[in-house]
Parts: sequence; C-alpha cells; structure tokens
Amino acid sequence: MFCEKAIELIRELHRVSDGQLPAFNEDGLRQVLQEMEALYEQNQADVSEAKAAGRGDLIPSIKLRHCCLLRNQRCVVAYLYDRLLRIRALRWEYGSVLPANVRFHMSAEEVQWFGQYKKSLASFMRSIGGQEGLDVTQDMKPPKSLYIQVRCLKDHGEFEIDDGTVILLKKNSQHFLPRWKCEQLIRQGVLEHVMS
Amino acid sequence: MDTPSYFPVPPGVGMEENFLSLDDILLSQERLPVRTECVFPRLGFLEKSSDSQDIPEGTKMELPLWLCKGLYEKKRKVLSVELPKIYKEGWRTVFTADPNVVDLHKMGPYYYGLGSQMLHFDNPENPDIANALLQTFIGRFRRTMDSSQNAYNEDTSVLVGRLDCLEKVLFRSGQNSLNGFQGWEKGQAAQLTASSLVLNYRKRKLVDVQS
Repeated sequence: MFCEKAIELIRELHRVSDGQLPAFNEDGLRQVLQEMEALYEQNQADVSEAKAAGRGDLIPSIKLRHCCLLRNQRCVVAYLYDRLLRIRALRWEYGSVLPANVRFHMSAEEVQWFGQYKKSLASFMRSIGGQEGLDVTQDMKPPKSLYIQVRCLKDHGEFEIDDGTVILLKKNSQHFLPRWKCEQLIRQGVLEHVMS
Repeated sequence: MDTPSYFPVPPGVGMEENFLSLDDILLSQERLPVRTECVFPRLGFLEKSSDSQDIPEGTKMELPLWLCKGLYEKKRKVLSVELPKIYKEGWRTVFTADPNVVDLHKMGPYYYGLGSQMLHFDNPENPDIANALLQTFIGRFRRTMDSSQNAYNEDTSVLVGRLDCLEKVLFRSGQNSLNGFQGWEKGQAAQLTASSLVLNYRKRKLVDVQS
C-alpha cells in the first residue's frame, strides 16, 4: 500500500509524545517525496491516455493515486509543523541558546526558523511594558519574594549579579540570589530552588 | 505543576478531522473491510492475493480509512464500505448493556474516533451507531473521571489499560489537574522547578552516551 513511509514519519513523532525533538528524518522525507513524484508521473501518463484514447475506466485508479498524493502531502506537512511546535517550545523552556545536542537534531531550515522566532519574540517583548520592555518568559509561577535561596546542582563557573558581585557556582553551594537572575538557570536544571 | 510549552494540534471533534493533528492521521490509518464496485486498472499489485494487473470489480479487500474517505462517492459506483464488527448490531447491544465491562483498547484503540468517521459512509445503521457511541461514552465517563481524580501517586496502568484513546486523554488531563491541586496544597506552586523538557533531554543524552 502506498504512503507507508509517510505514516512512519508520523509514528516517529507520535512516539515521543512529551514534546522532545527527535532527529530530522531527512532520508524518510526524501523517500516520501520520491513516492509522490512517481505517483504524479503515473497519473500524468494515465490522464493523457484517458483523454486521448477515451479510456474513462482509468479514472478510478487516477483518483486512488491522487488520494495517495494528498495523503503523503498531509503527512509531510503535519510532520514539519509538529516539529516546529516542538522547536517553539524549546525557546520557552531552554532560552535563546540551545545546547549542541538539540541543535544537532534540527535541519538547517529549522535552525533558521528558530532564529527568526527568537527575533520576533524579542521585538514583541521590547514593544510592551514601557521603555525597557517586558520579559514574558520570566515569572512563570507567581513570585512570592524578590530574593530566593538556591542550591547549585552542578558546576557552572562564575555568575555576575546586577550590583557587580561575582558568585562562583560550585556544586552543592547555596546562595541567596535575586529571583529574576536565577529563573533561567533553575529552568535549565543548573540551580535548585530551596524552599524554607 | 510544570507549565507546558508544547501544544500539539488536537484531534478533531465528531465527524471532522484536523488536517495537522498527528492523532487524526494515525486514526485515519485504521483499515476497513471494503468491496470494490468498479475495476481499478493497473493497480493489481495493491491486492496481494491475486496476480492480475488490475483490481477487478467485487474484490473484497482492506483499505485504510483515508483512502476509503477519498474514494467513496454517494452514488456508490466506486467502493462500498462494510462496518467493522464492533460497530455492528451484535457488539452494539453488548456495549449498551454494560459499557464499563468492555476493553475498548483491545477493540481498536480508536473506538470513538473511528466510529465517528464511519458515519461518513451513508450506512442505513448510522443513527444507531451514533447513538451507541454516545451511550457507551456516557456510561463509561463517570468511572474514568472518578478514577482519574482519586488515583494519586499510584500505578494507574490497570485503570488506563481498558480505555480508548479519547478516554486516555481525559484521564491524563484529570490526573494533571489532580497533581496540580495537590502540589498547590503543599505549597509547591511557588517553587521554581527545572523544565521537564530539559530533564528529559538530559536523561536521553545519558542513555545515548551509554549505548
């Protein structure tokens, strides 16, 4: 049956239901496009034969191949779109800079899309909230205090806060830091919020 | 409770499918028994039992739902789609008698979805099918909702094992709200947490390095 490769692409994404991005299946995509080309050419040949030789009985087969073309198109578009949704989620979870192993799973066009999405989001954030803009990726949970107690989960080197002091983030060290500085690092799993 | 950032396209409601929904695409991959009402020249290779070049009229074969929907025409010159047995009279009476007993996951994981899609094929039994789907859902909903709201921090595989995909989504959303509420009661709502996405990536990286 046609469109087997296309549905495999969809199953690949569906298996990873938590929103992670699997590697870009360039090979699979190419196979689907090749199948579409073959179907299209067969249909072209059959259509010209049906018109020229009056073979109306070819029409059901033409229709079937057309359905397969539409199905392949649907699968490819849904595959690419779902990947973009996952990449968009990465901007909100990871921040602007993606780790190398994640970027490795993206195609060149997807990396470009990510860059443009970052830009759109940044210009949006600049345009609201008065002069300095408003960082909407912060304060995902209602803040209870300006400063929070954090513990370092792994070595992260030096960290500078607004008044110029430099803090060394060594594993298992605890610090009392401003909330807005730490939020990004807590999300990335470098620091841990300690509730007293 | 971790606020999600990944929002996949949800499946369509009722007889409509969402073009970009992965769930709907997988649902429409389910195979249906059909009977061809005309010849399909040069496509004989699709039907593995015969060796002919064409698919003759009157062949009984199984085609995926998306193909049936695409080829089906009201005047019935092309295909006639048979109802899968779980939507026929016999099974319908079983479902309406006691909906809670049935293992809907075994009956085809997309019972409600596929049933709704079957209504496209102008079967005279359509009103009964639609009614049976509705009654089954109503009968099972209470138990699904109760179990999702009361199973806290325990293994839910027994509860979830007999549910169809739609019910599983409802169950999961019930569990999420239960966990969120419990977290809020414990005061965890103000605690900043690492993103679950980030943690999962890290777990996967470790697995890759080890393998």
